[in-house]
Amino acid sequence: MLKLELRNVVKRFGENTVCNGISLGVEQGQMVCLIGASGAGKSTVLRCINLLEPIEDGEIFLDEEDISIPGLNPQNVRSKIGMVFQNFNLFPHMTAFENAILAPKRIRGLSKVDLNAEIEMLFERFELTERMHNYPDQLSGGQQQRVAIVRALAMKPEVMLFDEITSALDPQLVGEVLDVLLQLKAQGMTMVLATHEMQFARQAADKICFLKDGKVVEEGTAKEIFNTPKQAETKAFLERALK
Amino acid sequence: MTRRELYEHQQRRRSLIIAGISTICVVVTIIFLVPFAPGWEKVQKSFFNGAVLTKTFPKLLDAFRVNIMIFAWSAPAIAILGLMIALARDAKSPALFPLRIFGAAFTDIFRGVPVILTVYLIGFGIPGLGLPRPWNSPFIWGSLALILTYSAYVAEIFRAGIDSVHPSQRSAALSLGLSERQVMKDVILPQAIRNVVPSQMNMLIALQKDVSLLSFIGPVEIFRQAGVYKSLFANFTPYVGAAIIFLIVTIPATRYADYLMARQMRERR
Repeated sequence: MLKLELRNVVKRFGENTVCNGISLGVEQGQMVCLIGASGAGKSTVLRCINLLEPIEDGEIFLDEEDISIPGLNPQNVRSKIGMVFQNFNLFPHMTAFENAILAPKRIRGLSKVDLNAEIEMLFERFELTERMHNYPDQLSGGQQQRVAIVRALAMKPEVMLFDEITSALDPQLVGEVLDVLLQLKAQGMTMVLATHEMQFARQAADKICFLKDGKVVEEGTAKEIFNTPKQAETKAFLERALK
Repeated sequence: MTRRELYEHQQRRRSLIIAGISTICVVVTIIFLVPFAPGWEKVQKSFFNGAVLTKTFPKLLDAFRVNIMIFAWSAPAIAILGLMIALARDAKSPALFPLRIFGAAFTDIFRGVPVILTVYLIGFGIPGLGLPRPWNSPFIWGSLALILTYSAYVAEIFRAGIDSVHPSQRSAALSLGLSERQVMKDVILPQAIRNVVPSQMNMLIALQKDVSLLSFIGPVEIFRQAGVYKSLFANFTPYVGAAIIFLIVTIPATRYADYLMARQMRERR
């Protein structure tokens, strides 16, 4: 049984077809990496899964339930699928802690004491306790991104989507964020990443999908994609990306 | 000190000295030359009459309390109504479509009509319907005219503030499972309001001055009081006194608004 499945997803922005029939399966606890050049449709796929973008055609299933039915209230789906963005998108008028507690406080309906303790635990788990009451502009890029991950985890999602979360970071800060991903993987989180971090994808991904022009050109294990790519386009992309 | 710092230090001192000397020259020239200007004595007697000023100034200050009072109850009402209109104009649900139309019509009408016309229309017109006391008070209806007019402007500023919040903030908030309403209230509005504080400060300053328009429909506020004294003493000094009182309030307020504006520019950079 697939945790998350996309069948022939089509997404257009006006004349521009960004996803041109994308199919993708993610098993429980898998880490799937979407790779490909900028504009290949990686980010849009993630935004479609989280229902931030309505799709033109195709279906998206979460636990074999169609979540892409037009008119479906997206709120329940979104609270099961966490998302982290390239530019962190923390709320600048709230502290790290307030950022993380906002959605659970509004939606999950726990008592304040229980919730506070739970969120504090999360900050502790990702070694952010000292920074918990700082505002985003007082944090480094790496810390901000880790807070953004904590914020998404605070909703106790079943699937996490990561949209090029290290692309806006200074190179020396990338490591701390990737470490968090490994930590989540070890805990069995189901994850889909859009990423340019080829080495990381190669080491950590259970499955890699190469996207080009809104289509999945090739998919397979890290070994298959990196060592024995079948498609010429995959080969060409990897040669450029790994040089 | 490095040689560059030394050089800049000298340059700064030089500029300061030159600016000082040039200012003193201009001020001294004005002080010496103005009294020689033809008709200066008349001007002084009519506009800067010390005796009239000392006699009327305390009364003018008293009358200014009326301005402050009208301002004090109008400003919060404007903030609330302005925000409501701004939100109404962005309402998405089809059931609220009439509200959107109403919001758009409201801002179009009250931004398009001169304030004084609205003040006359509502301030004279509604009490003229023969309402019983105290409901015929020009204070109520005059304030309402100001509230309606200013809400229209304030609403537009709030809307600009809402638009100034980057769409990625909305995406992030929605992705957590928050409803549209929660996103607006918890994420967009707090940032939008903070972004427009300097602009709204300018509206407050404008309102402070426009309270004087109510003098035309009755309330004896500072402008009206100054007019009374002008007629009594056949002298314009009370108007100058009133202007001074306004400036004492508005200059610090404008400076503060400018400061907020400059700080915001720095933060955005």
